[in-house]
Amino acid sequence: MKLSRKWLNEFVDLPLDEVDDKAFAEAMTVSGSKVEVTEDLSATIRNVKVGRILSLDKHPDSDHMFITKIDVGEAEPVQIVTGAWNVHVGDLVPVALHDSLLPTGAKITRGKLRGVLSDGMLCSLKELELTTHDYAYAGIEAAAILGDYHPIDPLKPSISPFIKAGERIYGKVVAAAVENVESAGVNRFRCELDLGGGARETYTACQNLHRGDLVAYNTAEDRICSLADLHAEQREFPHCIEDGIFILHEDVQPGDDMAVLLGRDDHVVEFEITPNRPDCLCMIGLAREAAVTFGRDLKLHEPVVQAKAGGDIREHAKIIVEEPELCPRYIGRMVRNVKIAPSPAWMRERIRNAGMRPINNLVDITNYVMLEYGQPMHAFDFSCVKDGEIHVRCAKEGETIRTLDGTERKLNPSMLCICDTDKPVGVAGVMGGENSEIVGDTAMVLFECANFNGTSIRRTATALGMRTDASSRYEKGLDPENTYRAVQRACELVEMLGAGEVVDGIIDVYPGKKAQTTVKLEPEKINALLGTQIGEETMRKILLDLGFTLEGDTIYVPTWRGDVEHYSDIAEEVARFYGYNEIPVQFTGAISTCGGFTEEQQCERLIGQTCRSLGLDEIITYSFISPSYYDKIRMPKDSPLRDSLRILNPLGEDTSIMRTTILPSMLEILNRNYNYRNKRAALYEIGRIYRKREDGLADEPKIVSLGAYGAGMDFFTLKGWVEALLDSLGAAKPRFVQERENPSYHPGRCARVYVGDTYVGVLGQIHPAVAGNYGVDAELYCAELSFDALYAVKGALPVYKPLPRFPAVTRDIAVVCDRDIPVGDLTACIRKSGGKYLEECTLFDVYTGHHIAEGMKSVAFSLTMRAEDQTLTDEHAEETVKRVLLALEQNYRAVMR
Amino acid sequence: MKEAMQRLREASIRAILESNDTEDLESLRVKYLGKKGELTAILRQMGKLSAEERPAMGQLANQLRSDIEESIERRCAELSEAMLAMKLEREAVDVTMPGREPQLGHKHPMYNVLDQIKDIFIGMGFEIVDGPEVELADYNFTKLNIDEGHPSREWTDTFYFTEDSRILLRTQTSPMQIHAMEAKELPIRMIAPGRVYRKDEVDATHSPMFHQIEGMVIDKGVTMADLKATLNLVVEKIYGKGTVTRFRPHHFPFTEPSCEMDIQCHKCGGKGCPTCKGEGWIEVLGAGMVHPKVLAGCGIDPDVYSGWAFGMGLERLAMGEYKITDLRLIFENDVRFLEQF
Repeated sequence: MKLSRKWLNEFVDLPLDEVDDKAFAEAMTVSGSKVEVTEDLSATIRNVKVGRILSLDKHPDSDHMFITKIDVGEAEPVQIVTGAWNVHVGDLVPVALHDSLLPTGAKITRGKLRGVLSDGMLCSLKELELTTHDYAYAGIEAAAILGDYHPIDPLKPSISPFIKAGERIYGKVVAAAVENVESAGVNRFRCELDLGGGARETYTACQNLHRGDLVAYNTAEDRICSLADLHAEQREFPHCIEDGIFILHEDVQPGDDMAVLLGRDDHVVEFEITPNRPDCLCMIGLAREAAVTFGRDLKLHEPVVQAKAGGDIREHAKIIVEEPELCPRYIGRMVRNVKIAPSPAWMRERIRNAGMRPINNLVDITNYVMLEYGQPMHAFDFSCVKDGEIHVRCAKEGETIRTLDGTERKLNPSMLCICDTDKPVGVAGVMGGENSEIVGDTAMVLFECANFNGTSIRRTATALGMRTDASSRYEKGLDPENTYRAVQRACELVEMLGAGEVVDGIIDVYPGKKAQTTVKLEPEKINALLGTQIGEETMRKILLDLGFTLEGDTIYVPTWRGDVEHYSDIAEEVARFYGYNEIPVQFTGAISTCGGFTEEQQCERLIGQTCRSLGLDEIITYSFISPSYYDKIRMPKDSPLRDSLRILNPLGEDTSIMRTTILPSMLEILNRNYNYRNKRAALYEIGRIYRKREDGLADEPKIVSLGAYGAGMDFFTLKGWVEALLDSLGAAKPRFVQERENPSYHPGRCARVYVGDTYVGVLGQIHPAVAGNYGVDAELYCAELSFDALYAVKGALPVYKPLPRFPAVTRDIAVVCDRDIPVGDLTACIRKSGGKYLEECTLFDVYTGHHIAEGMKSVAFSLTMRAEDQTLTDEHAEETVKRVLLALEQNYRAVMR
Repeated sequence: MKEAMQRLREASIRAILESNDTEDLESLRVKYLGKKGELTAILRQMGKLSAEERPAMGQLANQLRSDIEESIERRCAELSEAMLAMKLEREAVDVTMPGREPQLGHKHPMYNVLDQIKDIFIGMGFEIVDGPEVELADYNFTKLNIDEGHPSREWTDTFYFTEDSRILLRTQTSPMQIHAMEAKELPIRMIAPGRVYRKDEVDATHSPMFHQIEGMVIDKGVTMADLKATLNLVVEKIYGKGTVTRFRPHHFPFTEPSCEMDIQCHKCGGKGCPTCKGEGWIEVLGAGMVHPKVLAGCGIDPDVYSGWAFGMGLERLAMGEYKITDLRLIFENDVRFLEQF
């Protein structure tokens, strides 16, 4: 919402020199109307003055430029060179003087044009960031001036370069020399023509004529020809263009500041209004807030309609609301003998500074009322409303409407429409239809001033992809009581502007009138909530200033404050103007909770810490994936994990289902790093997976996901990480079982990990086919461990074991056995058979090849033996080794090498 | 004899001073002091001396022995010191060569910030709670006083799992307020960080998945003054002591009164600069007093208990803290990014 400070002064006396933009913005923001930006419009235009053209002479070195002398209200006229042809002596024009700034951002300085000094520039509409909507009279018509004729084929000109006045061009069109031109009103010129002996006086709207020009004159139609009349292309007359200087027809004097004329002597404040306060999407609403914020009076005006035309709207129109739920109120008023014209400068200026475009008086009035009262309105050309009946109903299946923006819209039965007896003439609260648009010859207008259901309007606007100034207000839910004042204001403006005659009578269909909300004033409750000691009188004053009424301790909430219904809402009103920043900063007594991380949270932190100490970087991945990722990881078609929660309205396929496995997320990140040519990556995430539950919700267990590639990465590095992770949790020794069935992993390099009977997860090298699906031709290693399992196997606090007092004895053994026997089995056998002195058994070599028979392998262990109460002798050690070797031989036919 | 000893003294000390390594010294010790050494040879002639001369000569001989020994010791110490110095010289390294880089793991920058915030709240007696991301509309909206027609419920804004809009991906961590109020004993002081989801296309400032931190206090006599005091303290912990804050009215359906909290721009000190988009203030969080209707809906008597709650976006906080300019970097997980933190 953009607010003009100049306009605001009409309601609250807050002059700029007293409250500057910064102070205004700060005060409004802390009272609840957040200011986004403030803009000093006068800073966008500088040193642009009104000038009167004193003389006009051809530039000696140019075929299309003029040298002008211009009175800009100073002692000496300025000299300006212009290429525009629509200027005449006596014209008032905008002059950008030396060292000036234009709204487009252009800076103008003194300079020379083909050797002639120019003290600045004459401005067109465009250079002032205006269009003919702002100044309708500033449209330009151009005559075809024969001196500017450039034939497309120089060898075959359509008009002879030697043509003279009086000679025929074609048919009744002859060449004519302009003897004299003088202004005869706005865009009307009296020309004296020489037709080659015979003189002729004619009137034309073409603005580019000057004495001495040779033009094409249609003797039959008494008309100076434009390019269109000659069926000529623009390139044939390059300087006869429908563009030029903005000739002012305003009550101004040379030397006047253009900034003032254009209403740019204003500051505009843009607000971000919260959705609960649609009443602040207008001048009056913001003025009320400003008045209370600054403690000043709010000056409101009660519109008065004369309706001198008499008659009664009911004789002409009928309004039937078929959907009272969606349209709580619909008011119609009528204007006849409409005279479509530009609206006055002050209105255009306010509309423009509020960020909208002026169109014509009728449309501008509806927009002006919307900006002033926050109530959108619409004006129908009543002659286009069949049978004079307005039906507020939902669209029928298959109905369409071409809206004012020229787009054909398909409607559906959820959309509320304004219709006549057989077709929609507008999409309720969004945009009118082209079929009932106000046009130049509109004579009878029906004003609609209605209240619609916000949600319905929002959905229709969204479905049609057209959020308009009207719909963005309606969707927040407006006050039905405001419609009456707004329509009265519109009619008052019609009369004020002389835009038509207001027909007497109002049609007011109001099925949705609500009882006024009341809330009890409970000052102690309010103070208890805020932690303040605000006096009841202060509270009452704030409420009264805001337009609430009080009877005893009953607060009557004004109808425009639909957001207030509870004492806590009253507390906010009080707090806003007492000042949020005046509320004390004070802790409430003693802290009565203990807080802290739960055991589970501590476990999660520990896991993260261990991962990082292992050199892994933490990642965060999306919880949703593409269903195709299950194929990428070669998940079996019948896997229950394919039964994912599916988002019915996803952003895209890639984020359409909730992952039931974390593996694809890790692989995607490994792949991304690999594609970025990062030499190595070692990553972890503690992320959730989402498993469908009977009740439609999900179990969301956390998975500890590890992933890596690069130098030094192999199965045993990964396994070491998993072991370290379990060790850091104090879990018992894990068991690793070869896993050949998991299709995502390398069948020979994958293991399931258990602690006791608890399954913790899976780890291994990613199947090359899966890596290939991700476009990676390196070895990828991943582990997926259940956080819940890790938490379950987490050990108790470690208990101190006394450090050994006697030295250890080590013996190395190497045995040869069948190649298929897992080292794990041999280790377990050694541990089991070693007896009480065997402290540790460490694998240090596995060897196949030379000297070892085919199908066999040599496995070497280092055994550490120790006694708690004595220094072990060689005999003790030998005895242990012997027992171990015997067991290995008996169980695995593993013999000493 | 006396002369012989004097000659021995001079010769031996010269030899010792001239020796160049410990081996030399050892052979000198043998040569002069050994069983078959020169001093022994001299002493053997003691028998020829008179009884009167013997003690004086004996004393002289002992003196000579200890002097030679001392010279050898001293020279030995000198030599080993020199040898050590040479060894150390040989061992010298080029200290400007790079250190061997250990492979350190890194916490994700956003979780660095999250952990910092968790620690702050834990220090103030808060606990941390966790809850479902696949959520009932009832918890995400209805019980939070967000009515049926509210725009945030639209399918264009929220991800749904069921046609009847009953089950969705939570769009905020605020449903954790309801879960906490329904499940926990009073009083409650909790924060609930977590993932939330909204239907936003990915760009430099948007992501369909992002993180919020919810916080809530429910107790007897909790006021807006307490909210301000607590959040001021939190903000000081995050942004540094003396950080200037501002509270301004705002709107959330589940708090009343509601506010947003700004900090004065640390870059420009409130004058207005590109960092604060010219406003002089940077918005950090939204908060308010838990709406009495919400309390009552969770079975808590608003006449006895009151509470406040806040919610803040984690991504924006982390991006501000580390000057990360593009949200996509957070979820891209490029190790060259991760290893900067």
